Amino acid sequence: MTHEHEHEHEHEHEHEHEHDPRAIRTEALERLLVDQGLITSAAIDTIIERYETDVGPLNGARVVAKAWTDPEYRARLLADGTTAIAELGIGGPQGEKMVVVENTPAVHNVIVCTLCSCYPWPVLGLPPAWYKDPAYRSRVVREPRKVLSEFGLTLDDNTEVRVWDSSAEIRYLVLPERPASTTGADERTLAELVTRDAMIGVARIDA
Amino acid sequence: MTSGPDTTLLPANGPTAPPRANGELVFDAPWQTRIFGATVALYEAGRFEWNDFQQRLIAAITDHEAVIEAETSDESSDYDYWGCWLDAFRGLADENGWAGATTLHDMEHQLEARPAGHDH
Repeated sequence: MTHEHEHEHEHEHEHEHEHDPRAIRTEALERLLVDQGLITSAAIDTIIERYETDVGPLNGARVVAKAWTDPEYRARLLADGTTAIAELGIGGPQGEKMVVVENTPAVHNVIVCTLCSCYPWPVLGLPPAWYKDPAYRSRVVREPRKVLSEFGLTLDDNTEVRVWDSSAEIRYLVLPERPASTTGADERTLAELVTRDAMIGVARIDA
Repeated sequence: MTSGPDTTLLPANGPTAPPRANGELVFDAPWQTRIFGATVALYEAGRFEWNDFQQRLIAAITDHEAVIEAETSDESSDYDYWGCWLDAFRGLADENGWAGATTLHDMEHQLEARPAGHDH
């Protein structure tokens, strides 16, 4: 194969999805499922729309902000994440069993799925590409401090790092530390500070 | 903290970043969005246990990574996550009798045979 040909192939690969066998296979599967009455194309559209607009880290941010401002809610959240999150009307696939782990000056938590891509969809949406990347999945377990420092997060030597592997049915969410400078801020203002990466545990929230 | 104020966080994700979209673009091609939507729609219709799919996805990813590692030193250069998802879903559809290999190939040939610029 000449270099020129290779280049042309890459170009096609990027821009002509219809010729991608994976696109054809996907369409064929959808047709077969629809033809058998197992799902409708409209139901697929609805799901996609939901994950593009409603299901995402803003849900998790609401949970975190409430936990920061309501000590009783925080206690319930840490005791039974699934139920406390459901109190805010948040739930769905990949959130059936939620465990919330709290960051403190002594303990820093970070989540991963070493085997595939398990992620708490209802509170964080779908995972970013790096979360599914083999490098993150293997390295964050082996050398968490180094990986976190690559994200710009340098931890105190005395801080214990706990890596939570989202295996089996459990999905984790990190409750980040509330920035000291936010004393008196209301829940809504606080929610705007909370980032996806902080709830995965690869960032801190500064304010 | 011993190293002074932490100002090195990725600015795009920092607390002062402009209003964030709820999530981010996680799909690179329409078929990826579609196979994701089909999987979740079917799951929500109660057609399969998520764990059945998940075990297939783990197997597909493990196989894929073995191939990549054998081919190149950069393990994420050709990483095809959604291809693994598609393989896992195809296996699930086959096992449940929704799309056996022959049926699926026939449908694929039918779609491939469409004239260029076809209109749905």
